[in-house]
Amino acid sequence: MTNGDRGNGIVMGFTLSAIFWLIVGLLVGLWLAAEMVFPALNFAPWLAFGRLRVVHTNGLTYGFAVAGIFACSFYMLEKLTRAPLAFPALARLQLWLFNIAIALAALSLFAGMNTSKEYAELEWPLDIVVVVLWVMFAVNVMGTLIRRREKQMYISLWFLIACVVTVAVVYILNNLEVPVNLTKSYSAYAGVNDANVQWWFGHNAVGAVFTFPILAMFYYFLPRSTGLPIYSHRLSIIAFWSLVFGYLWTGAHHLMFTPLPEWIQTVGLAFSIFLIAPSWGSVVNGYYTLSGNWDKMKSNYLTKFFVFGITFYGLQTVQGPTQALRTLTSYFHYTEWVIGHVHMGTMGWVTMIISASMYFMTAKIAGREVHSEKLANLHFWLILLGQLLFTVTLWIAGIVQGAMWKAVNPDGSLMYSFLDGVAAMYPFWEIRLFAGFLYFAGIAVFAYNLLMTARPRPLAT
Amino acid sequence: MDASRIYERPILFAIAAVAVVSVGTLVTTFIPLFMPSTQPVSPLVKPYTAIEVEGRDIYIREGCNNCHTQTVRPLRTEVARYGDYSKPEESAYDRPFLWGSRRTGPDLARIGGKYPDAWHYRHTPNPQSMFSQSNMPPYAWLAETKLDTSYTLRKVKVLGYGYDDAEVARQLSAFRRTVTGPEYASAQIRSQVTPAALRGEVTELDALVAYLQKVGRDLKEAQRAAAGPATAQAAEERNPYAGNRAAAEEGEKIFEGNCKVCHGEKGAGGFGPKLATTKHKFGGTDADLFTTVSGGRPGGMPSFLQKLGKDRIWKVITYIRVLEREGGK
Repeated sequence: MTNGDRGNGIVMGFTLSAIFWLIVGLLVGLWLAAEMVFPALNFAPWLAFGRLRVVHTNGLTYGFAVAGIFACSFYMLEKLTRAPLAFPALARLQLWLFNIAIALAALSLFAGMNTSKEYAELEWPLDIVVVVLWVMFAVNVMGTLIRRREKQMYISLWFLIACVVTVAVVYILNNLEVPVNLTKSYSAYAGVNDANVQWWFGHNAVGAVFTFPILAMFYYFLPRSTGLPIYSHRLSIIAFWSLVFGYLWTGAHHLMFTPLPEWIQTVGLAFSIFLIAPSWGSVVNGYYTLSGNWDKMKSNYLTKFFVFGITFYGLQTVQGPTQALRTLTSYFHYTEWVIGHVHMGTMGWVTMIISASMYFMTAKIAGREVHSEKLANLHFWLILLGQLLFTVTLWIAGIVQGAMWKAVNPDGSLMYSFLDGVAAMYPFWEIRLFAGFLYFAGIAVFAYNLLMTARPRPLAT
Repeated sequence: MDASRIYERPILFAIAAVAVVSVGTLVTTFIPLFMPSTQPVSPLVKPYTAIEVEGRDIYIREGCNNCHTQTVRPLRTEVARYGDYSKPEESAYDRPFLWGSRRTGPDLARIGGKYPDAWHYRHTPNPQSMFSQSNMPPYAWLAETKLDTSYTLRKVKVLGYGYDDAEVARQLSAFRRTVTGPEYASAQIRSQVTPAALRGEVTELDALVAYLQKVGRDLKEAQRAAAGPATAQAAEERNPYAGNRAAAEEGEKIFEGNCKVCHGEKGAGGFGPKLATTKHKFGGTDADLFTTVSGGRPGGMPSFLQKLGKDRIWKVITYIRVLEREGGK
């Protein structure tokens, strides 16, 4: 067996799973966006906004992003260790169990079985399945690393290890709950502590799922697809350790001005500002990697995905800490602004990097060039425009909403009722729905292009 | 040992990573678990009754927390809009907490006692019937589903609220008698939205309404008791706009936007009492009406002082005087 391609079938299995759950998650997202404008679309209990929103967030986080992370991780592991995947049978089992779990997760959330804690809504039996899946993944990651034939572990592997341990710690501790029956449980924590643990998890799920492994992909696939080495090893060391250290302090910026003790809020805010530095360490490292070779933006179709992806990461990691500032959070929190913020990260950074990595891997594994660079370019422009229209619209909506909530008359009474604020949102929600369609069109092009690249070769006769 | 060797040892690296992520975790999350400031208790805040637990679970099942927050921030306009800011002890019995993260709909931390039950019986199954611009999903099926109480006892045991079996059974049957009885103040609207077969049973909507009426109520009642009867605006005795036609017209617009939904078209009455009459429930002098509108009254009249301000309240009262005359005809 040749080094480093034992896992190809598994990589493609997770890639195709990711695409499937991406399409499902986005269709649910479109339905939700339409419900904001046409509440009559909530015509069945399982289609009501409150249940469906959870299917959208979980479907895309766990179904799409985590499957994409599994696919890219197995691929990078084999390449960067020059060793075959340690336990391929275990990985195959993981692939099947993963898809069954996500399907059950979606069905249970449609049925209203949820714990209410954001991104940790799955009820306890599925929590156990998630932990089992994660242990299976960790065994393969650590096993392959131990048997590696490359002395040094490359940066991407550091981020991968950080992802494995952080997800394990935050997921287990936030999901401690006491079962009532098979489909219902109560959190082990109460009130203020439950909120604190939840947002410590909530923020670090973002860190360990939407940041560490995506940076791992960025540090691996950008040099591989451009042929340019990463600018600075030393910068990546500093950025890595300070990022991993700083992340775990910041959850409380989701709870500014709540009954959470004020010192925890302030510590969370301070570390959020601190995090700008390591985040931009990776951004700068990416930009300098291309310095002198910016023509790659034109000559290599994947480069722009990575450059725009890391740019959105850079904007995201400035916007996030900034909106945690007390003056700004008092204005923006609970408005559409935050929804815009999240979607820049997920639609811009995460999806751009994962889709470019998938093009690269699929073409390599299929042993051919991407089916169509033209379609890949079309995919890029559609998701870029869709995302920008989506996020900028919601930022403006958030500014309008925040202003209306805060507007007072000269005598100190409120200028607008809450309903006035809702009514003002409709034009923005309509544009957001349109932007969602644009984005979805881009993803449909992506799915087609990737499937055509991956399709089996006709047998030579 | 050379520090760079860590990049050659995956197990050591993983241990180092765990250590690094543990520091922030320990300081901001683990240690606070045991601090008094994160788990204050107050004798003023009571645990949920068995039926309120069930109602809360429906709130969770339907994901209400995805659009409604339950924490009023200590900010001027927020306190004006919703009421007093949230205190940590108010969440002492909340497992899970339901503070939320987005206000597509308004905050609900002070919803308990703000409106009569009837308001919720009409609003929850069909929000657009009361507010045409609302985009809240209609939850009509909650009134069409009998509440499943087969796990109530277990739930209350897990939550540790200290009710024994007999107490839980008592709470459930007492609640059923209340909402299904003819004396129930919201009986008429309840029977409009509840199918005939379920009118004698407890529905999911009944439980949800019971929960909503509990959210934030304990502290409100304690504060109301401490403040004594609402006489705050006793100094404001006379309407500066009395008989002013322009003010009455402005008052009509304010009435349409804030009062009509409960007091009906032209004050003909609805969930709230008829206003097109000279007989007012809490007194009909300028001072009485001002006190009622500005401070609210128990049983479902919200306070409008912070929301509307004195000036607009007097304009509404000017309009109510017009309605009184028209109603008398």
